[in-house]
Amino acid sequence: MNVLIIAAKEVHQAIRNRWVLAATLLLAGLALSLTFLGSAPTGNVGVRALDVVIVSLSSLTIFLVPLIALLISHDAIVGEMERGTMLLLLSYPVARWQVLLGKFLGHLAVLGFATCLGYGAAVGALAATGSDIDSDSLLAFAAMVGSSVLLGAAFVAIGYLVSALVRDRGTAAGICIGLWLLLVLIYDMALLGVLALDKGRSISASVLNALLLSNPTDAYRLINLTGFANVSTFAGMAGLAQSTSLTIPVLLTALLCWTLLPLGLAALAFSRREL
Amino acid sequence: MTGTVRVSDVTKAYGQIKVVCDASFTLGQGELVALIGHNGAGKTTLMKLMLGLIRPTSGAIEVLGDNPAAGEFAGRRQLGYLPENVSFDPALTGRETQAFYARLKREPVAKALELLDAVGLGAASRRRVNTYSKGMRQRLGLAQALLGQPRVLLLDEPTTGLDPELRQAFYDIIARLAAGGATVLLSSHALTELEERAGRVIIMNRGIKVADGSIDELRRLARLPTRIRLRVAGLAPSELPGWAPKDATCRRLNGHIVEIDAAPERKIELLHRATAAGNAVEDVDVVPPTLDELYAHFLRQSEQAP
Repeated sequence: MNVLIIAAKEVHQAIRNRWVLAATLLLAGLALSLTFLGSAPTGNVGVRALDVVIVSLSSLTIFLVPLIALLISHDAIVGEMERGTMLLLLSYPVARWQVLLGKFLGHLAVLGFATCLGYGAAVGALAATGSDIDSDSLLAFAAMVGSSVLLGAAFVAIGYLVSALVRDRGTAAGICIGLWLLLVLIYDMALLGVLALDKGRSISASVLNALLLSNPTDAYRLINLTGFANVSTFAGMAGLAQSTSLTIPVLLTALLCWTLLPLGLAALAFSRREL
Repeated sequence: MTGTVRVSDVTKAYGQIKVVCDASFTLGQGELVALIGHNGAGKTTLMKLMLGLIRPTSGAIEVLGDNPAAGEFAGRRQLGYLPENVSFDPALTGRETQAFYARLKREPVAKALELLDAVGLGAASRRRVNTYSKGMRQRLGLAQALLGQPRVLLLDEPTTGLDPELRQAFYDIIARLAAGGATVLLSSHALTELEERAGRVIIMNRGIKVADGSIDELRRLARLPTRIRLRVAGLAPSELPGWAPKDATCRRLNGHIVEIDAAPERKIELLHRATAAGNAVEDVDVVPPTLDELYAHFLRQSEQAP
């Protein structure tokens, strides 16, 4: 009950602060422009338009959704402490884990709403312009939206963990930007570099799998680019899809762990905080 | 008298610095207790300890049957807290804020909104909190602290930023709550305001409780003189009346007032002397030591003690 009250207030605040509006418009705008510009190189012959959109949108999601998630979450605990609102909230009959979980559900709802509506606009636009959309593509698209929300959840949880550990908001923002750069940009480049240098001598397939699972954005990428046969052909990942032993359940579990573990640690750190 | 708040041998240290040092007291139902002390004397820290926002380094605290340090909070439904420099989420309106806090305490929202009128927020309650002045935020802070007939009220500097009229209304509200059996602990710098209202005063200095009792008890303990002011006719400006005792301090104030410092047990004797036949006393004022003076006295005493 307390969790839901706090979640409802977070959503209310996010609507009031126009976070919901901004995130939805941003995602919808990018989804729509990718839908229409994205079909230019492939043309309209023999290619299912929605599959192309899935490939380009999921690549975009990897950059954008973690950034939005970290933006709304890095401030959740340390920011309320600095503004002094946490002091009052914790004098009420609520446990600290309830505060954290309530915020999480609220932020997840905001992110989920923005993603579903924003990306849904792309499907709507394709349908409206008369493209054929078969059920396979639709399923793959639904999976893409769902896993995007899950990716967002993981980064919201990571943001909370940072927020629960640091002393001030500036530090939280700095660390979150660093984490974003590391997980979204640097990790893959470094991995690629290492693989190229190693030429398969010491990095076995299982090590590579472990390395891919230890970054939530890679788990997300694999779900969407290799999970569905017709999508993976366009993604140029068909080869990898056949060689990897990482199945969708394994990848989803990895993303779920990336959500629950930081969330649990954040709750632990928060419960020990003195304010 | 049943205790609602028990503090036993509580010490809170940050590194080497002890912010609260071996404090012990019990607050009972229906008590209106003033917690006074300089900034940094440990007043806010004590309240935070009672709320479980921080944990004591040693000692135990019990509030409405809960141990706040262990994260127990069942009793907090009947606890109201107003922090020093209260702040709210700026994007929400006063009404939305109050409704949110009412839901957390499982109080009917309609009743909670009536409190906004009681603290004089009225029409402003529909505006966003970021448009509020300091006084209006303080009113909203009071309204949320009064939610749900609290049995314990912890008020940290509650009257800062309130205008005199509302200050009066505020003290009426908390006096009514205390009469109804609530424990009210309030910290303040406005000692003159508390003087007539607080049934009990706890004085803190550098984390140490230096005095605890009703104002009368503190006066007895402090043995500060009561000042007797007399208007005497026919005295030269610097002359002291002949009947004034040699062993009491007498001084002249502006023109025709004589002030005598009377030790507590000599008060009546001195009054008898002054009003004895033949003395041209026109008026008498008896001024017992004020809370300000008591506070200064106990602070001095604790500073002199090693």
